Amino acid sequence: MLELTRKMDFSASHRLWRGDWSEERNRSVYGSAAGERVFGHNYSLEVTLAGELDPETGMLIDLSELKQIIEREVGERFDHRNLNEDTPFFRDRAPTAENLASSIFDLLDAALPGELLKRVRLAPTEDLWVEVSR
Amino acid sequence: MLTLTRRYRFSAVHVLARSDWTDAMNRETYGKCANPAGHGHNYAIEVSLRGAVEPESGMLAPLEEIDRAVQARVLDRVHHRHLNRDLPEFERVVPTAENIARFVWRALVDALPKGALHRVRVVETPKNSAAYCGEPEDR
Repeated sequence: MLELTRKMDFSASHRLWRGDWSEERNRSVYGSAAGERVFGHNYSLEVTLAGELDPETGMLIDLSELKQIIEREVGERFDHRNLNEDTPFFRDRAPTAENLASSIFDLLDAALPGELLKRVRLAPTEDLWVEVSR
Repeated sequence: MLTLTRRYRFSAVHVLARSDWTDAMNRETYGKCANPAGHGHNYAIEVSLRGAVEPESGMLAPLEEIDRAVQARVLDRVHHRHLNRDLPEFERVVPTAENIARFVWRALVDALPKGALHRVRVVETPKNSAAYCGEPEDR
């Protein structure tokens, strides 16, 4: 069993606000991040796969294929987008780091063969990150 | 299952020496870190929580509550302090990175929901870090 990690960065905007909640409840749950105003992050994403090496190639997966999958599933959906407005994932839930990481895990898991995906690590800032594992 | 990690920074002085040992023993065990004059580090602490996402808020735990607990229980006590002299916890315990990780764990475990604290990692220098995940008596 061997692990391989690929990194990518993307930038997106979001707001932490539930329209079906009162302002007071939004502020008490999301604190200073709550608000109708949009703000942005440079997200850093690490995608870790785990599995057996292909004995012929010595690779876990063709890296250019992995790069294309990450670009298609994550880059095209989220890079330079407003997570609330431009994607269908956060219509009825807030685009917190936890929810975004879970969505990215599910998208990549569906696009990668078998159970190759082991973990995604999503960092909205240098000092905060979320890991979702199988 | 999801893990959320938050990193905080502080600067502090410490000496790696036991008061019940001779200078020679301390010097032999802790090397130049035993210098009684003390030396400082820019520490980073990484606090990891593990659990399920609360579906309503989409969060594992409210970040600002974690920040407040770390600020009051750890950072306010250690930032710009001499760990050996200023903290009773290190009167008889040598403030190695390992022991600081355990100190941070013990300071935070009761302030967070039961079972939420997963790991505390103390980064003393870019080359040294220690992580503590809580022995059964600290959970």
